[in-house]
Amino acid sequence: MSDHPTKSGNALQAILENNSYNPTRLVQVLREAQEVEGWLSDITLSDIAQGLNLPIARVRSTANFYSFFYTRPVGRYRVLFSDNITDRMQGSGALFDHMLARLKLTDNQVSADGAVSVARTSCTGMCDQGPALLVNNMAVTRLTPRRIDEICDLIKAGLPLASWPSYYFKVENNIRRRDMLLGANWDPGVALRAAIARGPKGMLNEMKISNLRGRGGAGFTTAIKWDAARTAPGTARYVVCNADEGEPGTFKDRVLLQKYAGHVFEGMTIAGYVIGAAKGFLYLRGEYTYLLPDLEAHLDGLRRSNLLGQNICGQEGFNFDIEIHVGAGAYVCGEETALIESLEGKPGKPRIRPPFPVTYGYLGQPTTVNNVETLCKVLEIATAGGAKYAGQGTKQSTGTKILSVAGDVDLPGLYEYPFGVKISQVLEDCGARDVQAVQVSGAAGICLSPREFGRRIAFEDVPTAGSFMVFNKKRDMFDVARNFAHFFAHESCGFCTPCRVGTSIVSNIMDKIAAGHGTQYEMNELGRLTKVIRGSAHCGLGTASCNAISDTVQKFRATYEAKLKSADFEPAFDLDKALAKTRAVANRDDADAHLETSVGGH
Amino acid sequence: MSKKPVAKKTAKAAKARKPAKKPAAKKPARVAKPLKAVTAKKPAKPAKAEAAASARKPKLRIATTSLSGCFGCHTSFLDIDERILQLVEIAEFDRSPITDIKHCGPCDIGIIEGGVCNAENVHVLREFRANCKTLIAIGACAINGGLPALRNHLDVTDCLTRVYCDRAGGKNHTVPNDPELPLLLEKVHPINEVVRVDYFIPGCPPSGDAIWKFLTDLITGRMPRLDHELLRFD
Repeated sequence: MSDHPTKSGNALQAILENNSYNPTRLVQVLREAQEVEGWLSDITLSDIAQGLNLPIARVRSTANFYSFFYTRPVGRYRVLFSDNITDRMQGSGALFDHMLARLKLTDNQVSADGAVSVARTSCTGMCDQGPALLVNNMAVTRLTPRRIDEICDLIKAGLPLASWPSYYFKVENNIRRRDMLLGANWDPGVALRAAIARGPKGMLNEMKISNLRGRGGAGFTTAIKWDAARTAPGTARYVVCNADEGEPGTFKDRVLLQKYAGHVFEGMTIAGYVIGAAKGFLYLRGEYTYLLPDLEAHLDGLRRSNLLGQNICGQEGFNFDIEIHVGAGAYVCGEETALIESLEGKPGKPRIRPPFPVTYGYLGQPTTVNNVETLCKVLEIATAGGAKYAGQGTKQSTGTKILSVAGDVDLPGLYEYPFGVKISQVLEDCGARDVQAVQVSGAAGICLSPREFGRRIAFEDVPTAGSFMVFNKKRDMFDVARNFAHFFAHESCGFCTPCRVGTSIVSNIMDKIAAGHGTQYEMNELGRLTKVIRGSAHCGLGTASCNAISDTVQKFRATYEAKLKSADFEPAFDLDKALAKTRAVANRDDADAHLETSVGGH
Repeated sequence: MSKKPVAKKTAKAAKARKPAKKPAAKKPARVAKPLKAVTAKKPAKPAKAEAAASARKPKLRIATTSLSGCFGCHTSFLDIDERILQLVEIAEFDRSPITDIKHCGPCDIGIIEGGVCNAENVHVLREFRANCKTLIAIGACAINGGLPALRNHLDVTDCLTRVYCDRAGGKNHTVPNDPELPLLLEKVHPINEVVRVDYFIPGCPPSGDAIWKFLTDLITGRMPRLDHELLRFD
């Protein structure tokens, strides 16, 4: 290890030591090291490589993969505007331009004194209280032009974030409808003791009876997952809680971790008890870093009251502890194998499945990866039994589901319903008027038009991970689809060609149509590309990336056609302008030095 | 495809057909109708047709050109070897390096090699699009910009000043301004960014066999499809 006399060098050694020189903690080391200087210099990266005994290429590839790691200097104040469609609908675009103008910067440019940079990022999960931004990973909600002005002044004055008004960082829970989970109080240890009383097999049996299905979107039966992880051969087992809530428009996990963290951790502990794991990980998305101190404190409290640690609840040999891993801005890490890769300190690229994580997960050992909401539900099953749980909801979708409602509604926030609730019911409860469309389950989900509002939220009909974005008749559904196309082009991990190249081409075509250069040719291309991507992408992110496009093309075709030219084809760029530079340098302005941009007719 | 043990050659062919779906041409082709010759009233007969019969019938017209390319794809086209005799029985060449015709007239098939790098390329490409019923992009440069597009990373003004003005020896060098010289576009573009393109034959260059398979498919009205073997370059 090289010894640096500098402050950052010493700080880095401390960080490496805190992480016990463990290479699987690379993502955490990078995150902590970045907090020292604000970015990751070549020297820092090579020191980390040496300290963790990793090849420099591994460290670099990981550092370059995540959007919240910077291998070039960024501003001491790093401002990132949430760029979800709901933020845009709340006016984030104008606020973004306003801030750039006030600070005399361009998008993603670092100011000359190195103080500030302003850019955009994917949905930060504050859709119910947007427009929102992150400043040095701290969320600022409910932005107004005035608040932007104030922030600019604070930045110019160089005030540290700790001295900013605390109400800037206030994140509301906005719980609008409570049911089984949101209405429950957490009695520390009650559910865990009930589970211990049932024994691992008994608890697993209750889980089977409850027919609880994963709340992350795919809806896999939790008991089957646990059973497989429990019986798979391995030297150690792991419980992972997936709190990488990246799906645009989803924010239920944020509230659960903010207000119901006891549920989450106890659910993880019960999972550990059932499958025989001694270690659990909470994978927290980087956008929710502000929750970290509270969550750590909560874990300490649990350890003190013997709900975590050795011989939990006096049960001899039941050892379980939880470690929090913070992500760094990668939507794809919500995919369970990508998440595990990230936990191991690698770029979050989805693995080839099978083998599934239940047999070959974290460090090759049996691992169960469950959504935050799923784990919360486990408490109810442990205390009241699986049969009672199964009594709610529909036949194939038991229990309740939390929806994150945002967009054109009077009361955005969390709504918990038993499965089987009609879309129209949700719309009525949240105060939505003149609704044109609802995007259920985020950018990767399904777009419903009013004629489908009689459909129900359930795995049998409209499955969802929780996102529920409402658009009224003033919104242009093309803009919505285009926003999602940009999102996927940005978030593609780059592993497989159909997704890496395909999402970019789709995004370019959407831009071309938006700029008024689209023709029927582009519509045909979109149709063809969506089929190719859906049929050949490596993981769920890729296959779902064109859902919003094909849904809106099918259900809101008029908004596309209104933007199309009747011409056979039109270039996306101005051909005559493309000659401007050479015209100038060759000092020519004759007829041959110009081009007509479009030629009609053919 | 029969699962019975068959002759080795057939089995191999069947095997080769399978993976063709995925790596198939960048833009999978649409279902094609048999091409009618521009001037013909009846469909042109397949390549197998007897010479005597087809001699009297109007032939298909094919035009080819290279924009910002190396003529490698044209050279590869010549690798169809003696099969070119079958081709000329049913088709004749309009503008192409073989005929040295300068402007393309109404054609059935236009084949374009190379990307779009300057104003003249744009004019030629537009002339092809306006005159050819079916336009085919052939090779990496036409499809993606290829080698010439490597200059897209550089500033075109900078390139020209360095080449013409900053060279050693002598002063007052300027970038030539002869109207005969086509102006460079700021970036090199694949041809499908400038006009609508019907088909793409990938490769650098595609093999003569690939070109032959593609053309015979197109002319006889089958959906042009290149098997894995014809798309493998390693």
